[in-house]
Amino acid sequence: MNRTVITVVGKDTVGIIAAVCTYLAENNVNILDINQSILQDFFTMMMIVDINNSNVPFSELRDGLTAVGKSKGVDIKCQKEEIFNQMHRI
Amino acid sequence: MINVSEVLETNKMIDQEHLDVRTITMGISLLDCSTESVLQTCQNIYDKILRYASSLVRTGEAISQEYGIPIVNKRISVTPVAIVGASCCKTTHDFVKIARTLDRAAQDVGVNFIGGYSATVQKGMTRADELLIRSIPEAMKRTELVCSSVNVGSTKTGINMDAVRLMGDVIKETAMTTKDSDSLGCAKLVVFCNAPDDNPFMAGAFHGVSEAEAIINVGVSGPGVVKHVLESLPEGTNFEVLCETIKKTAFKITRVGQLVAQEASRRLGVPFGIIDLSLAPTPAIGDSVADILQAIGLERTGAPGTTAALALLNDQVKKGGVMASSYVGGLSGAFIPVSEDQGMIDAVNAGALTIEKLEAMTCVCSVGLDMIAIPGDTPATTIAGIIADEAAIGMVNQKTTAVRVIPVIGKGVGEVVEFGGLLGYAPIMPVNRFACDIFVNRGGRIPAPIHSFKN
Repeated sequence: MNRTVITVVGKDTVGIIAAVCTYLAENNVNILDINQSILQDFFTMMMIVDINNSNVPFSELRDGLTAVGKSKGVDIKCQKEEIFNQMHRI
Repeated sequence: MINVSEVLETNKMIDQEHLDVRTITMGISLLDCSTESVLQTCQNIYDKILRYASSLVRTGEAISQEYGIPIVNKRISVTPVAIVGASCCKTTHDFVKIARTLDRAAQDVGVNFIGGYSATVQKGMTRADELLIRSIPEAMKRTELVCSSVNVGSTKTGINMDAVRLMGDVIKETAMTTKDSDSLGCAKLVVFCNAPDDNPFMAGAFHGVSEAEAIINVGVSGPGVVKHVLESLPEGTNFEVLCETIKKTAFKITRVGQLVAQEASRRLGVPFGIIDLSLAPTPAIGDSVADILQAIGLERTGAPGTTAALALLNDQVKKGGVMASSYVGGLSGAFIPVSEDQGMIDAVNAGALTIEKLEAMTCVCSVGLDMIAIPGDTPATTIAGIIADEAAIGMVNQKTTAVRVIPVIGKGVGEVVEFGGLLGYAPIMPVNRFACDIFVNRGGRIPAPIHSFKN
């Protein structure tokens, strides 16, 4: 499994989750976990996804998500999960 | 499973606190490139560097994208050129040809710097060592990406004062040959005592003769992260909590370096060498070691207490970092360059920080007098004296020390010199005007200290 963390942070508007999920579905990315809340008026979402069966390379996925973020006025990051495990788990 | 606050903490470090991996440095042995012909040696060197490092930059960028962590520099270090060129270089011009080959190879693979135009002469100079050292001013003038270093002392061997004296002249000449660019050549030239074989940081990186064919060394950074976390502590937090906080932060920073190093090693098919646990500042606001010292409780870096605060910081960074990495090496400690650290520059401009205080600080942190601009009319003997002092601190304290001073030709105290990029800018600092000519001109070696005899 190729686990990747997608974080979405920004001003809350209608359809952010829909836009991200649609994009992921179009590219055959499987969502494993979603965690979403409003922190200090900011929409904050973390998704853990599996990109093993994705039909596009990582760089394209990352750029595509950045574009989706732009259209919704939020900041979307796409990073391999390992960096977080390395930093926060012994 | 990882939680939201941990993910956001990591991304805040990267986005707002300048967390980055400062460098992936590939060490490449050039020992098998030596021939009796300069032309053939240059060709072998060029071919070998391209063979090993052609995908270094691309790999670094891919890792950076996938983990969302900036990797600022991709660099190469090579076997000290004085050894590689010993059998073919008969003149200083022959060595400059090798320097230009290194420059061309570095440009072609797209790295930021290439280090290893070096000689290790802590006990004595071979003919080739001396030729290389004398060729440095010309090499620095005629190349852009080549970095040079000379190791003039060690705890085991003492200090080679002939080399120290010669380096005084070489630094002055390098300043002269590059005077049109504010003596920038001296920013790419460092004089060491106890130089490590696996340092990934420039200008002092070289691939020591005890190293493997090729190796990946990674230098981490993150002064901004340490500063932010210390600023978030309640006022008056005691030393126990302060130190624990620095340690935990250093651990996190280093883990990122370890991940990047392992990935780079795997993808490039080159063994992982070491992580250099250094706090390396940049001229960016907030990415400053001086700011950490202020967050610890000093009005300005240079105030009484600075040396103790730096000693504490350096030690906690190592304690946190050592557990985060399987192999630690290089310089590993807090860097205190002046021109590359806005907090240091501010301290100098405020009159809080002098060369003498910086010298004291070098007793307790990694490296030494780094990126310090001094008046262009500083005598070569005085520069040799400064080198001897730093080398003595390194020799006696069994640590690496170094001198990277820039006598800026045509400029004096109070004027500002601009190097650009990561090298930053610096106010020219006053140097003690009393002479040390008789001392540095004596010739010979300072013997190794008694505590080096451990067998």
